[in-house]
Amino acid sequence: MRVKEKHVNALVIIGLIALPLFALISDEPFTITLATRAVILALAAVGLNIILGMGGLVSFGHALFFGIGGYTMGILAYHAQTYTTLDLGLFATGGTEFMPVIWVVAMVVSAVLAYLIGLLVLRTSGVYFIMITLAFAQMFYYFAISWAQYGGEDGLSIYVRNDFPGLNTLVPIQFFCICFVILCLVLFLKARLQNSPFGLALNAMRQTATRVETVGLNPMKLKLLAFVISGAITGLAGALFADLNRFVSPTMFSWQLSGELIVLIIIGGVGRLMGPVIGACIFVALEHFLSGLTEFWHIYLGLILLGIVLFARGGVIGLLTGKEGAHV
Amino acid sequence: MSDPILATRNLKKSFGALIATDDVSIDLKAGEIHAIIGPNGAGKSTLINQICGGLRPDSGSVALLGCDISDYSTGARARAGLGRTFQISELAMEDSVLENAVLGAIGAGAGPWKFWKSALKTQGLTDRAEAALARVGLSDQRDMKVANLSHGQRRQLEVAVSLTLSPKAFIMDEPMAGLGAEGSKTMTGFLDGLRSEAPILLVEHDMDAVFALADRISVLVYGKIIATGRADEIRASKVVREAYLGDAA
Repeated sequence: MRVKEKHVNALVIIGLIALPLFALISDEPFTITLATRAVILALAAVGLNIILGMGGLVSFGHALFFGIGGYTMGILAYHAQTYTTLDLGLFATGGTEFMPVIWVVAMVVSAVLAYLIGLLVLRTSGVYFIMITLAFAQMFYYFAISWAQYGGEDGLSIYVRNDFPGLNTLVPIQFFCICFVILCLVLFLKARLQNSPFGLALNAMRQTATRVETVGLNPMKLKLLAFVISGAITGLAGALFADLNRFVSPTMFSWQLSGELIVLIIIGGVGRLMGPVIGACIFVALEHFLSGLTEFWHIYLGLILLGIVLFARGGVIGLLTGKEGAHV
Repeated sequence: MSDPILATRNLKKSFGALIATDDVSIDLKAGEIHAIIGPNGAGKSTLINQICGGLRPDSGSVALLGCDISDYSTGARARAGLGRTFQISELAMEDSVLENAVLGAIGAGAGPWKFWKSALKTQGLTDRAEAALARVGLSDQRDMKVANLSHGQRRQLEVAVSLTLSPKAFIMDEPMAGLGAEGSKTMTGFLDGLRSEAPILLVEHDMDAVFALADRISVLVYGKIIATGRADEIRASKVVREAYLGDAA
């Protein structure tokens, strides 16, 4: 049976909010935490999907922005909680535990970094792009390991979740709601972006850069802005992820995480608005249930991925709606 | 006659020992179709690429409306008024016909830095795109995916996208390529009317079309222009016959 993509999308959103509510009623806070994890990973992958799905550039280093978001949160909260000053050369600050400020800082730092890195990496494409993005992420990974001031390899624990006005963020369902609302907001903005002149041009750029140039547009600028938006969203997800775990460590920069984000998108459907969301839900569910059965659950994840790549190029959404996804 | 719309001055380009463009100076005047013909490997595509910005000449310059555009990027040349069509269609295959035309309208209009309003619901863009589609006769296919168009329809769309730019000069690389006799005839008729809007620099293998359309013809052989003149002059030229036309003329 073929269903419409918007119905699938609506169903996912409803399911994503129904599950934690159900868990709340049946008093299973861990399920809410799992759902929150799925929402945050989905957000990170929505970010990646802008450069990967729309731009056609497979960034294998998006953990970089995830980690930057995480460390931004970690460092700001660490200084606020220990009442120490964070000296940034130009100015000093006492850090902050106020979530909205942390989010904005995480996004700005990620965006600036994406801009600078993008100027270099976007000159390449294909395998070279994959490798150079990986290299940048690994650079930050090893830097974080050696950064003793903020925990080095052991990471940095934040004992209390940061504040959001009017909410007790330590209550799982309340923190879930924050993350869920952010995800919905970002999805809404992404949907606008996809259909906007910018989205249309970016989409065309993936298919034929030559054509985009001959109508007077600059492919490099399109890619660069897409990379910046992409990095900022993944950075925001990183800040939330760190807050969820109340812990930041170099693993947030790891290439495994970069790979997982790509896997999420492939499972759900490349270039689809809700692809990363479905992918993240399936991934987190598998991770939870399969890892309960066997330590080697990645084998089964691998098999599922293989099946999707071989038989359902449009991911789960493609399978349900009978449409192929964007070709990358 | 007035100043040329488009002019190249002493363009030179070599790849190693091969001289692909040898001191080429051609011009395109208002209201004319100037065809460039020549055997395969004569350097026609190399020449077009230097005019449109894909290749840098070793020396020489390109001027559009009297303004030197030699240092412009491909995009900047398009914005300055060069409308190019490709020998092999360069279109977004997964997108609809209308989306491809709207892309041109985005390039011609306010640019891609708009993030809120849907491009296909922006009247300024769709009006421009649909007008171009209507002119080439693709209105009925507007919602079709380009991948599902016939070869001939893709050629038409290729022209429609360049129309959305309202260029000062068209650079067309074999617009008849792969069109059947009927398609060629339609395209010839269309290009015939187009010259009053903006002059066309036409690279074409279809000699019937060239002789039917061109006000002037330049013959390119081994990167060199060996003759430029009216169609009848070229047809009568002995040099050209020996170098290229052979029995065809």
